[in-house]
Amino acid sequence: MSPWLIILSLGSAAVLLAGALTKKFWPAFFGLSAVATVGISVLAPSYRWWLPGGAQSPMGTEIDDLFYMILIITTVTYIAVHVVLITALIKFSGKPGVKASFSHGSHALEVVWTIVPAAILLFISLYQIDVWMRFRNFATFNRHSRENPVAEVTARQFEWRIRYPAPGKKLMQKPQPDDLYTVNDLHVPFGEPVVIQLRSEDVLHSFFLPHLRIKQDAVPGAIIPVQFQANFEGEQELVCAELCGWGHYKMRGQLTAQRKSEFDKYLRDLQARQSDDGVSGGRAAAVVTQATPKAENHP
Amino acid sequence: MSTHAPADTAHAHDDHDSHGHAAHDSHGHGHELSFFQKYVFSTDHKVIGIQFLITTLLMLMVGGALALGVRWQLAYRFSTMPIVGQLVFANEGGQISPEFYTMLFTMHATVMIFLVIIPILAGAFGNFLIPLMIGADDMAFPTLNMLSYWFMWPAIFFFGLSFFVEGGASSGGWTNYPPLSAIRAAAPGSQDGQTLWLIGVTFIGVSSMMGSVNYMTTIINMRAPGMTLFRMPMTIWAMFITAILQAFALPVLTAAGFMILADRTIGTCFFIPGGLTVNNTPTTVGGGQALLWQHLFWFYSHPAVYIMLLPAMGMVSDMLSCFSRKPLFGYKPMVYSIAAIAGLGFIVWGHHMFISGMNPALGMTFMISTMMIALPSAVKTFNWLGTMWGGNIQFTTPMINSIAFVSMFVVGGLSGIFMAAVPVDIYIHDTYFIVAHFHYVLFGATLFGCFGAIHYWFPKMWGRMMNETAGKIHFVISFIAFNFTFFPMHFLGAAGMPRRLADPYNYPYLEHLLPLNQFMTWSAIVMGFAQFILLANFFLSIKYGKRVGRNPWNANGLEWTAPSPPGHGNFDILPVVYRGPYEYATPNLDVDYFPQTQYVPVEQRVNVAHGH
Repeated sequence: MSPWLIILSLGSAAVLLAGALTKKFWPAFFGLSAVATVGISVLAPSYRWWLPGGAQSPMGTEIDDLFYMILIITTVTYIAVHVVLITALIKFSGKPGVKASFSHGSHALEVVWTIVPAAILLFISLYQIDVWMRFRNFATFNRHSRENPVAEVTARQFEWRIRYPAPGKKLMQKPQPDDLYTVNDLHVPFGEPVVIQLRSEDVLHSFFLPHLRIKQDAVPGAIIPVQFQANFEGEQELVCAELCGWGHYKMRGQLTAQRKSEFDKYLRDLQARQSDDGVSGGRAAAVVTQATPKAENHP
Repeated sequence: MSTHAPADTAHAHDDHDSHGHAAHDSHGHGHELSFFQKYVFSTDHKVIGIQFLITTLLMLMVGGALALGVRWQLAYRFSTMPIVGQLVFANEGGQISPEFYTMLFTMHATVMIFLVIIPILAGAFGNFLIPLMIGADDMAFPTLNMLSYWFMWPAIFFFGLSFFVEGGASSGGWTNYPPLSAIRAAAPGSQDGQTLWLIGVTFIGVSSMMGSVNYMTTIINMRAPGMTLFRMPMTIWAMFITAILQAFALPVLTAAGFMILADRTIGTCFFIPGGLTVNNTPTTVGGGQALLWQHLFWFYSHPAVYIMLLPAMGMVSDMLSCFSRKPLFGYKPMVYSIAAIAGLGFIVWGHHMFISGMNPALGMTFMISTMMIALPSAVKTFNWLGTMWGGNIQFTTPMINSIAFVSMFVVGGLSGIFMAAVPVDIYIHDTYFIVAHFHYVLFGATLFGCFGAIHYWFPKMWGRMMNETAGKIHFVISFIAFNFTFFPMHFLGAAGMPRRLADPYNYPYLEHLLPLNQFMTWSAIVMGFAQFILLANFFLSIKYGKRVGRNPWNANGLEWTAPSPPGHGNFDILPVVYRGPYEYATPNLDVDYFPQTQYVPVEQRVNVAHGH
């Protein structure tokens, strides 16, 4: 236990005791709960009960900024409301023989506390629209990555199937004979926006990259392009975030972000491995690649 | 409480016997009702209300037990559960299997929403309070009222039965998104358990609809003379608007339920797209739309969120005003806020679907309407604070529960802003942040409001008080354990822990959250067992509670002028209403309360107005 938690617990006991002795137990109780709520929230990041590190994508950074903006607004509101509440509880604790003030309200106050929150809420929503549109409006996607999706990710119970186009080719909507396949292992080049085509083969799933703050449901019957940019080199988790059946918890994938050159090499290696018939020593890959145009003519 | 209490008590003792029967006779029910007519298939709104209350309290324990199963798994995944494990999951070696885990959280939510929160508010308190608070002798349609209670039991039966059919209970989450819930092969619980779930929910829907029609008719037609709309207590306003919400939203869910039932049983494909291969079964044909269910479901279920909150808001407004001994601050703004919440409640359902892949332009409109619905909620909170400010606050058990309602509702309301903002929702959607949010609203606000309401109106139900000390102990334990259980869920959500994972620690980035989850589980266990204090207090007080008279809290509402408990037909004579229910601390009288039925001669009022 950290010293802070011990101080917090002892402090709480002292406040409650003092409250009980001064016949202000309930104001002390509710006041303490508000202080403890704020206190534990301040301590939480030091226990890593917080965002899993800084966002590792530009969109994620913007989302984090909005998160903190809302956190500041809500924290100020929370503290203000509770200061008023606790003050009221202390100041107006029942005394025998005293009559409360006979007031039915205040028109001026109602107007103020309607307009001020309305302005704040409207500000929050208008302020966010831009980020939302860049996440979801395909027209705002980077043109090159939109036209050259890096892979198709198909969710199924309980795995992620990934289909890359052969090196130098475009991803077609229909599977091609020279497409490259992996399971639960998505590689993308880092430092540039990439687009994946998300689909589902059976039920709803959700493509969740917690460290990039990216999430998109995979909807059966629909193909949804998702754009993200990995600002790191290495591996992060790919999570299924929409209940998809009994094995939902184990539908874990991995996102590997690599340099462009390494990514290209990864695809070439994948191609060599996949087309290895055990005899021709990798030459089959080239044969398949040549055969592809014909396949396209005869869908 | 006041010098008037003993006099009232004695008065009520006499009344209880004499008037109870007097009212009985005056209604021409000369014959003696059989036991069944009186206590089982009763058409008396008070008996039905109490039936609902006791049923929902028992279901609260069932739902809580299911929740503890969920919590056990999150703290000690796939480990043998002490005592319960060998009884319930003997086949799995006393462990919760992943498929049973999905059934646990599905049925926890189903029980809590459909068998606890909605019926305790509308069924229990709506039934008990509406005729008493508006000065009617019963509901407009007493037989319909009886049916609305008894239609709950088939639902309880089917939900219970579903655990014992092949594959087990429904396991698609309480939202039951297709295709998972529409295709039998998609999950063990998507077999007959899912069909039973749909039938059960339909019964609950019929039950709610019968109640809602009854409440609307009663409140519109059966108010006592002088009880104008703007003299109605907030509880009645909330019940009235809730009934309207239910009447308009519920048919959509019922229809959608039948559509998915048809998909499952007679081969339609409203929600099943073609070309799916689920669990190696033959590829589906047809061209359904999976998202359609989400739209239909949330078109009901978002208003339902307010059905689960507004009545508690109304009851808390009454209790806060009574125990602040001060008029409710901003009565009309409070009424308009409830109406605004109900109206806006119909155009915010899409905020459950921000990342579902629907049109992004819809996301923006739903974000703005969702942000705007926070406004009437904020106005209500400020008015509650205004009610307490300047009051003479009495910290009774109903009052501390109501203060907890306000404080917890602020947390639940503010966390809602995070998910109303679409970009932030991209990250926190389907994480524990959402779980924290709705538990703060549904448990922190609604259920604490209900705890308060149970203590507050208990004397009217039984003519006896619940034990105050036990009530306060129950509150303190529940409140602390509640916060220890649910506040850390905000952190889990921020850390990116998704909901509904049987084993979140399968993901390395969530491993370090295990100790926190264990702490939450133990808090939840304490919270669950603390509810036995409430049950014991409730049931023992029926027999052993301190006897009180008609108006133990010195409150103003009409219900407090009826005998405790009220006889058949409720009032001694038809009450006449002279003012609103919140005239506490009036300068017109020496006492600090002013019942709605009390007539004050003109001279006295003129004197006060002129400062004599």
